[in-house]
Amino acid sequence: MNLDYLFDAAHWEFGTSGSIPQLLLSHLWYVVLALAIGTVIALPIGLYIGHTGRGSFIAINAGNAGRSLPTLGLLMLMVTLLGLGLLPVLIALTVLVIPPILTSAYAGLRSLDQRVVDAARGVGMRPWQVLTRVELPMALPVLMSGFRSAALQVVATATVAAAVGLGGLGRLLIDGLAVNDYSRVLAGAIVVAVLAVLLDLVLAFAQRWIVSPGLRVSR
Amino acid sequence: MINYLQNNSDAVLTALRQHIWLALLPVVLGFLIALPIGYLGVRFPWLYHPLVNVAGVLYSIPSLALFVFLPVVLGTKILSPLNIVVALTIYTVALLARTVADGLRSVDHLITESATAMGYRRFRRLIDVELPVALPVILAGLRVATVSNISLVSVGALIGVGGLGQLFTRGFQLFYLEPILVGVILSVLLAGVADLIIVIIQRAVTPWTRFQGGRA
Repeated sequence: MNLDYLFDAAHWEFGTSGSIPQLLLSHLWYVVLALAIGTVIALPIGLYIGHTGRGSFIAINAGNAGRSLPTLGLLMLMVTLLGLGLLPVLIALTVLVIPPILTSAYAGLRSLDQRVVDAARGVGMRPWQVLTRVELPMALPVLMSGFRSAALQVVATATVAAAVGLGGLGRLLIDGLAVNDYSRVLAGAIVVAVLAVLLDLVLAFAQRWIVSPGLRVSR
Repeated sequence: MINYLQNNSDAVLTALRQHIWLALLPVVLGFLIALPIGYLGVRFPWLYHPLVNVAGVLYSIPSLALFVFLPVVLGTKILSPLNIVVALTIYTVALLARTVADGLRSVDHLITESATAMGYRRFRRLIDVELPVALPVILAGLRVATVSNISLVSVGALIGVGGLGQLFTRGFQLFYLEPILVGVILSVLLAGVADLIIVIIQRAVTPWTRFQGGRA
């Protein structure tokens, strides 16, 4: 077990294909795309269910249903159906992202003090205004914790893309395994873990920045 | 798909059996290890935050990396199922240690104080009072750990031991849809059944939760 691969400058040259920075970038690209698409799909549904209370059964069970889908199987299924490319990877990772975001959007709205929502209605806010000016800002801490756990999961799971021949940091794991180069496997594991921790830090700062200071006292 | 099942029932059943014990043995082991660790996080409050952070980092290590890497650390063979069991046990502990700590912390002080007043010593109070009261939270964590373990086992197929995951890799290599589909469906069903069993156990051992309007 050694760190030679990780600390070899040749593996950090940006221009070389398969170098750590390039794999890192393609890995991040999968992660960001999956999170963006997943949020666009899951957030409106979660907010709608939380705001109206209709279909809460879906929101409660989405979490467990999503966790039980094996990502590797889904990915291989999609590749077999659609052929190789970015699309099957994005579908598999997006399916992973949707449940935590949907569930936390719903839980965030449901956890609010209903008197606040009533008061917002009482001062004459329309339903849309209640949602965007009162419910959403107040639900942000819960929503962000769901988003952060989704991000952590995707960073770790995006490594399976390499199993179907695509890029990302999983390449270091799969190729390292194929040629019995454990130093390369270790490099891949470390870079993924560091990326996950850094991304979580960035999101934690973002959370401090976008959550209203008035909500910080109670937490 | 029915044809595939009929022609390969032996292989599918073997894979399913391997999948079940590869996923559930770590749940049991992880639960037993997480209980004392989670308790330490409550008994010594300064331990709580380090514990949560270490658990978070452990959880962010990709499963594939852990599967590949453990043989080097443990000296096991790369094809040994032990690697999968140890890796999933680590994830289970990372997930449950925090849940156990959170569950025990959520126990109302009035309850623990009454127990103390009735003459309970620390250890008996933990076993007879705090643990049962914290059980709904702990079992909710156990459901998450069980379901995610069942889906993670299949990643092990990339290193040759992965229960139903072997159906994925086989189908993928042959570009043949049926085994992958069978594997995914069985894996989801297995997770659903395991989840249901824990819910039933939870309803049986914590009957009081049903009378407070709380969700069981």
